[in-house]
Amino acid sequence: MNGEAPVTAARVFGALLRRDAHVSARELPFFLVRTCLQPLLFVVVFGYLLPRMGFVARGYGAALLPGILAVSLALSSVQAVALPMVADFGFTREIDDRLLAPVPVRMVALEKVVFGVLQGLVAAAVVLPVARLIMGPVPGLTLAHAGALLGVTLLGAATFSALGLLLGTGIAPQQIGLMFSVIVAPMIFFGCAYYPWQGLSSVPVMKWAVLVNPLVYVAEGLRAALTPGSPRMPLSAVPVALAALTAGFWEWGARTFERRAIG
Amino acid sequence: MATPAVRTEGLRKVYPLPGHRRGRSAAAGQPAAGAQPAPREVVALHGLDLEIGKGELFGLLGPNGAGKTTAIGILTTRVRATAGTAAVAGTEVGRDPVAVKRRIGVVPQRPNPDHALTTLENLVFHAAYFGVPRAEALGRARRLLDQLELSAKAEAKVDQLSGGQQQRLMIARALVHDPEILFLDEPTVGLDPQARLALWDVLRRLHAEGRTILLTTHYMEEADRLCERLAILDHGRLLALDTPAGLKARAPGGTLIELVLDGDAQAAAATARALPGVLSAQAERATLRAYAERAGEAIGPLVRAAEGNGRAVRDVHLSPPSLETLFVSLTGRRLE
Repeated sequence: MNGEAPVTAARVFGALLRRDAHVSARELPFFLVRTCLQPLLFVVVFGYLLPRMGFVARGYGAALLPGILAVSLALSSVQAVALPMVADFGFTREIDDRLLAPVPVRMVALEKVVFGVLQGLVAAAVVLPVARLIMGPVPGLTLAHAGALLGVTLLGAATFSALGLLLGTGIAPQQIGLMFSVIVAPMIFFGCAYYPWQGLSSVPVMKWAVLVNPLVYVAEGLRAALTPGSPRMPLSAVPVALAALTAGFWEWGARTFERRAIG
Repeated sequence: MATPAVRTEGLRKVYPLPGHRRGRSAAAGQPAAGAQPAPREVVALHGLDLEIGKGELFGLLGPNGAGKTTAIGILTTRVRATAGTAAVAGTEVGRDPVAVKRRIGVVPQRPNPDHALTTLENLVFHAAYFGVPRAEALGRARRLLDQLELSAKAEAKVDQLSGGQQQRLMIARALVHDPEILFLDEPTVGLDPQARLALWDVLRRLHAEGRTILLTTHYMEEADRLCERLAILDHGRLLALDTPAGLKARAPGGTLIELVLDGDAQAAAATARALPGVLSAQAERATLRAYAERAGEAIGPLVRAAEGNGRAVRDVHLSPPSLETLFVSLTGRRLE
């Protein structure tokens, strides 16, 4: 018994990640439908139908495409972490076998967040080309700033995964519907996803109020990376805000996780 | 002396009652004038002292709410102690939970397999969380499934397993990383008698291999036949600790005769104490409990003693000296 050297935390982390990858691979189509269908339907209406009807200017696509990408990224990361966790802590307690793994409990939470980031990246990689295909040519769209694109995507996914940890550990199963109507829906509509932040200059109160919303920075950051010619906030504000929000959500979420994990 | 496998000192756990979590104002729960203030917390463990040696098969026996699950929860890093210390294999649980987790296997009271995985995957992934290489994990998993008669379900989703099969899967999972110390919380609840006996065999085999086993149960027979030593717990307190034989020797002499009456049993108990052949008698509300060396001869006089005091007898129950009669004498209540 116990002849082997103690297992390293990195190896345990890898095993936890493999478990989630194994389970998610089977559920990938459902996952993509759940998180990407709604943003893509939005693209069909606002990026394809309305411009052809002449109700919105053709240039709207330059603001819309990065915003749609931001919504898909945010939805998939938040759901990837929050939904299973609500069930785990609410009734199944299935996560207990992972909480018994020989690593600090926080590392189990960290693995969930890292996996949420990966799922956000997958969703973004699917939505970007499909949305572009539906919308047709988008004025000013460029992949020249791939570094910034990857950076904003990663940071944005981290912010929303950490938020997913906070929501998943803080919300009771019977309130999960409420979470979408009260937190997620307003976040999407006031997240500057369907309009650029500069456009809010006409409603100054709102322009400042929406800055608490992490989605604003993801959408604006993706505009800076993908369609830098369109109106947007300075790119330098994006990583600072996202890093601060990620750190806050992570610390708060990890504490709630520990409280739920250890009675 | 060798390091004990498990040791607790003054272990105490207090749970806040829902609605009285920290941070809530006291005013919210103001009781009406004159009313008893509602309790704000539940004391699950009142300073438990235990020492379990390496290789022992040890049982925590007690009714629901005795604190057994809480004690196991603290020892397995899943519950934070309010006060006192708990050490597993010489490591203090609160100080280094990771080192403790490395050496223990845990079977929870309610099976909680990973439903997204198959039976075999449950074991292989759990082994991976402990760093067991995949090929080795597969071999161990298949062996355990074989031993626990689950091989036919290896590729099945765990939803397709019966309650008993899920329970056995939990035992396999607790063993797949080859732990030194095995904790089982009420492992045979919900099993049919045959499955229970089969599980006893598994536990005896593991014990023979030298593993330390700590299990909780509220089944007297299980505690008596399976465990080397027993701690009897009630309301978070340790009432007695000994071998099953030692405990039974401490049970009051004679057979316990319980008469359930149609009203208070005080007067009947007083009369009963004077009867020849009755060793002792107490009343607990409508129940008269008497001990007698020759129970058959004592029943008639006891019934007449009750009736002489204006009570009708609703039920009579006999129990020879056992852990059950010891528990009754310690707590005034039955265990099951």
